[in-house]
Amino acid sequence: MTSALSITRAANPPRAAYLDFPLGHTAGKPHQRELNRSIVGDGLRAFETLRAPGDVVMLPYEWADDDAWKDTVMRPRASASLERDSAGRSSQQRDDRVERHAVPQYQTDADRTAADAALAAGGCATCVWLDGRPNETT
Amino acid sequence: MPSTRPPVDYIERTRAQYDALGYPPYQWVHSATPPPWAELTKPLAECRVGLIGSGGIYQVGQVAFHYKDDFSFRIVDTRAPTSQLRATHFAYDLTDARSDPNVVFPVDTLNDLVAEGFIGELAERAYAFMGGIYSSRKVRDTLAPALAERVIRDEVDVVLLVPV
Repeated sequence: MTSALSITRAANPPRAAYLDFPLGHTAGKPHQRELNRSIVGDGLRAFETLRAPGDVVMLPYEWADDDAWKDTVMRPRASASLERDSAGRSSQQRDDRVERHAVPQYQTDADRTAADAALAAGGCATCVWLDGRPNETT
Repeated sequence: MPSTRPPVDYIERTRAQYDALGYPPYQWVHSATPPPWAELTKPLAECRVGLIGSGGIYQVGQVAFHYKDDFSFRIVDTRAPTSQLRATHFAYDLTDARSDPNVVFPVDTLNDLVAEGFIGELAERAYAFMGGIYSSRKVRDTLAPALAERVIRDEVDVVLLVPV
């Protein structure tokens, strides 16, 4: 499955199914079980129908009634009255992704507590680190 | 109005964004060699299906991903309720994935497809990682082979890859 066609074509997997949805929805829409079953089913069918390495099937689903969302995704924000720094960057154009700390980023504090309890009880048997740490404590 | 506009070109938009931020260009992976090919040898309705997703999914009780080239992965029990799944990632809007993880990690969706006989079964273990890894070398040489070894061990017939 992919929602980023140019990136997938560059990486060139054996088979792909393209879904024209905003990033973060590669397998469908929240709480739309029937729609998602249809999308993922169509994606899986590519295993049977695609015949040539690198083929991509274009799935026929649309995110919204119009394509307005495509105008705004990953666009540097612009404004009529921009203050620019010496490098010509505007104050409106900034990296809005979160800062990247090398500590676990939990969705909730309760998740952190649960993980800490598991670690204290012997480790996370289903976390595979690949960085030299022992992988599974079982 | 049906969709008339071409797919969003994220390579082009990333180039424009990095340029606007004054960053050097992002180096996308371009695979020069044609991809390998394996024929499906049985109908989907008889296949055991594996799932690997890069949306930063973890299960309650597991350690979450961090955002600095974390190339670890989590083994997710596909029999466990998906209300126990969480999402963490620095580079996409998590709102919908946190409301319903199936949008990036379709465990319920695949179980529905098993229930109706569209696929044979869903492997007991699925695999999740956080795709914001800036080292393509670590992905190619360490993470991808480790995941491939896992799904081979699980004896799946096909693997659904769900990147974000």
